[in-house]
Amino acid sequence: MSPLLSVRNLRVSFPTRSGMFEAVRGVSFDLGRERLGVVGESGSGKSMTGRAILGLVRPPGRVEAERMELGGESILNLPEARMRRLRGSRISMVMQDPKFSLNPVMTVGRQIMEGYRLHTGKSRAAARDKALEMLAAVQIRDPERVFHAYPHEVSGGMGQRIMIAMMLAPDPEILIADEPTSALDVSVRNEVLRIMDRLVGARGMGLIFISHDLNLVAQFCDRVLIMYAGRVVEELPARDLHAAKHPYTQGLLNSLPRLDRPVERLAVLQRQEGWRDALPAETP
Amino acid sequence: MAQPDILGPPGQGVPPPAGGMPSARRARLGRRLRSLAGIALSLALTLLGLLLVTFVIGRIMPIDPVLKVVGERATQAQYDAAYQAMGLDKPIWQQFLRYMAEVLRGDFGRSISTGHPVAQDLLRVFPATVELATLGTLIGVCVGVPLGVVAAARRGGWIDQVARVVALVGYSMPIFWLGLMGLLLFYGILGWVGGPGRQGIIYDGMVPTVTGLILIDSLVAGDWAAFRDAFSHIVLPASLLGYFSLAYISRMTRSFMLEQLSAEYVVTARVKGLSEGRVIWGHAFRNILVPLITVIALSFGSLLEGSVLTEIVFSWPGIGQYITKALLAGDMNAVLGGTVVVGTCFVALNLLSDILYRLLDPRAK
Amino acid sequence: MTQTTRAWLLSDAPQTRRQARLGALYQGWLTFRANRLAMVGLAILVLLVLVAAFAPWIAPQNPYAQNLAERLRPPSAQHWLGTDALGRDILSRLIFGSRVTLFIVGTVALIAPVIGLFVGTVAGFAAGWVDQVLMRITDIFLAFPKLILALAFVAALGPSIGNAVLALALTSWPPYARLARAETLTIRNADYIAAARLQGAGPLRLLIGHVWPLCVSSLIVRVALDMAGIILSAAGLGFLGLGAQPPMPEWGAMISDGRSYILDFWWVAAMPGMAIFVVSLAFNLLGDGLRDVLDPKGARE
Repeated sequence: MSPLLSVRNLRVSFPTRSGMFEAVRGVSFDLGRERLGVVGESGSGKSMTGRAILGLVRPPGRVEAERMELGGESILNLPEARMRRLRGSRISMVMQDPKFSLNPVMTVGRQIMEGYRLHTGKSRAAARDKALEMLAAVQIRDPERVFHAYPHEVSGGMGQRIMIAMMLAPDPEILIADEPTSALDVSVRNEVLRIMDRLVGARGMGLIFISHDLNLVAQFCDRVLIMYAGRVVEELPARDLHAAKHPYTQGLLNSLPRLDRPVERLAVLQRQEGWRDALPAETP
Repeated sequence: MAQPDILGPPGQGVPPPAGGMPSARRARLGRRLRSLAGIALSLALTLLGLLLVTFVIGRIMPIDPVLKVVGERATQAQYDAAYQAMGLDKPIWQQFLRYMAEVLRGDFGRSISTGHPVAQDLLRVFPATVELATLGTLIGVCVGVPLGVVAAARRGGWIDQVARVVALVGYSMPIFWLGLMGLLLFYGILGWVGGPGRQGIIYDGMVPTVTGLILIDSLVAGDWAAFRDAFSHIVLPASLLGYFSLAYISRMTRSFMLEQLSAEYVVTARVKGLSEGRVIWGHAFRNILVPLITVIALSFGSLLEGSVLTEIVFSWPGIGQYITKALLAGDMNAVLGGTVVVGTCFVALNLLSDILYRLLDPRAK
Repeated sequence: MTQTTRAWLLSDAPQTRRQARLGALYQGWLTFRANRLAMVGLAILVLLVLVAAFAPWIAPQNPYAQNLAERLRPPSAQHWLGTDALGRDILSRLIFGSRVTLFIVGTVALIAPVIGLFVGTVAGFAAGWVDQVLMRITDIFLAFPKLILALAFVAALGPSIGNAVLALALTSWPPYARLARAETLTIRNADYIAAARLQGAGPLRLLIGHVWPLCVSSLIVRVALDMAGIILSAAGLGFLGLGAQPPMPEWGAMISDGRSYILDFWWVAAMPGMAIFVVSLAFNLLGDGLRDVLDPKGARE
């Protein structure tokens, strides 16, 4: 089966006073109907990869790639008008903190209906039904009430569920989740993840899960890309993460505390210049 | 910090809905009404302070108010009688109470230069100023807001550069001088507009007063010639005030917009596939509406004040000209009356923008 | 400047406090210098100060000398900017007028921020009812239209340049008080204030030694940005005949003189207006540049 999304040698660069800065330097991967984790430190280019796929890198930033295809069609540097038709309807994104990613002066209902009506052209009434249905689908008990609420009137966990409802309403094929639980209380993280997982699974979507949390990705995803300095240094199935070969991945793993293997002192992450340009380690 | 989740068990979060109106909305309304009481209190205090300041100014002036009333050749007995009638023999706090009571009744005393009660004079001149300032603000808003939004959306582009120069020149130009140069060019040389004054001589007093705003009154009367004449007189001073207003409004709009455009919800809107126009006007712009209202109110207030100089340049029979003339004639009742009126307008504008803020911003507590 | 001095100033690891302080100043200067418009503003103002200082030597003629035979002459080789209704050389009057302008702006810029600094820091530091009362007074002054209040003051005190300065200062302090109070509130709870307090520093010492120095830089930016407004207000008062009295060559009053001749002898009013515009533009440019250096938060705009 052909992949939903195929990316080859993606590069994102920004001009700075001291020359071009390359945020993403040759990232390649395929995404099927699966949960793909992208892990790295801040500044490793993982978020920028997500934004480049959505065509959200704004000038003077530049996006180049050998290939960037969605369902077999190239979406590399499409004209803005055509890209807009894909955004939201075929690829969507959930961001880190619902406190900032929801528009504070629009009711939840309007925000959900807006994207849905844009892409489906349905009537107001139909959009309203869909919005309530989506709110119920993300397990909000009183959808009618939340529909009329403003974002500041809901909690972080609920905000993120609203975000998921909003982004999934037009039925996209791919969801990019950029640190979707980092800003949430620990107590509601799992709930949000579970809801997202169930919806994505039921719809047969592809999920790109961007996170700095290696453990979370290992539990939640099928496959993991490890990024360092704008490159993929290693790619492997999530269940084989403990057997990672690349020293950077091993370093990341070793810097996490583990109950079953207590150590005197956690390892400090070591970085080597050489990793910046090395080819990704092969998946076993 | 987590807010109470509406989903949480009852008693912890917001009470469950009751009745037809969603209770979230009802709770919001209640909060706002309570905050209005607080505003009213601070408003009363500010007005009290305003009267206190004008009262003090009235006391420190070196002119003897009694002499102004009875004239230079009054006998000592006449002088004393007037002195007592004006309450000047009472303790200072009683004098202040008396002053306050008079002002609250709308009695600012009699103007020495015009011979009319000051309140009556103010009623006559104030609409002229309001007409000018309103038109100026309209120009400032209609040009300044779009200019600021576009400048922010295309940051660093040529429109942004133009907006920057327009604002810089506006902040640096003496308004009365620009008015004079405008008169020289558009009236003196080109003859495109009516000259100083509010109306041509032949139209003076021809239109019955309804609102006091000549543009509207002439339309009400259906007198097109008078309307055209009034328009040709107001267009230059109003554009001038409009330019200063737009310099300020466009700068503020731009900086508000830049702040909003870097917000995450703008990315959300783009992710949804909205067009750039909808992202800017439907999402970012909606978020600056409330602060923008405050800016517009402030700008309107400063035009009421800025009209002092403009009115002198254009011989516009408004409150600015009235105060200045009274001032040069040592007519203190008129000066203080005018000051109280303009000051009260300022306070009222602040109050208005405060109320609008509380009504329009869903986050207002 | 030699290479070694430069290196010493830009050192990452200054050896002394003096080196650190000078280095910070030099860094600021480099940022400021990169802003070409701000440098233009600075150049104009330096020029203005020089002109004011050496006015008697620069001015081609006596600014007070009337010559009715030469009245209302257009700009020419003899009178570069023409003459006014009393036959006085406009250029000479402008040159001497720069002294008046600098005097007004300088005095107001000294008095108003000091009042504001005092009121604001005391309010912020004392808190409680002192804060309430002081801020209420500040709000009342803010609620007044500035120019009209200044007019009323001048009316009560009598028109003169000193009273104009006083009126401008009395009406322009409230924003500084607000700013200083806001700064004080953020400083007040800082650990180093607590440390100084533990060492036995009294409130006055804390205020003068620790709070004031920290408020000054944001006040300076604000003053620089307000200078143009002060010039325009002062010129406005002069124009209304409430500032400098004749025959003093004040720019606003000069425009007022030219007003009656505007249609036939435009230069009489046009020239002083140009001078006001150029100087307040220079202050605006300088203020923008200073804000970039001293207030990096505002620089993002």
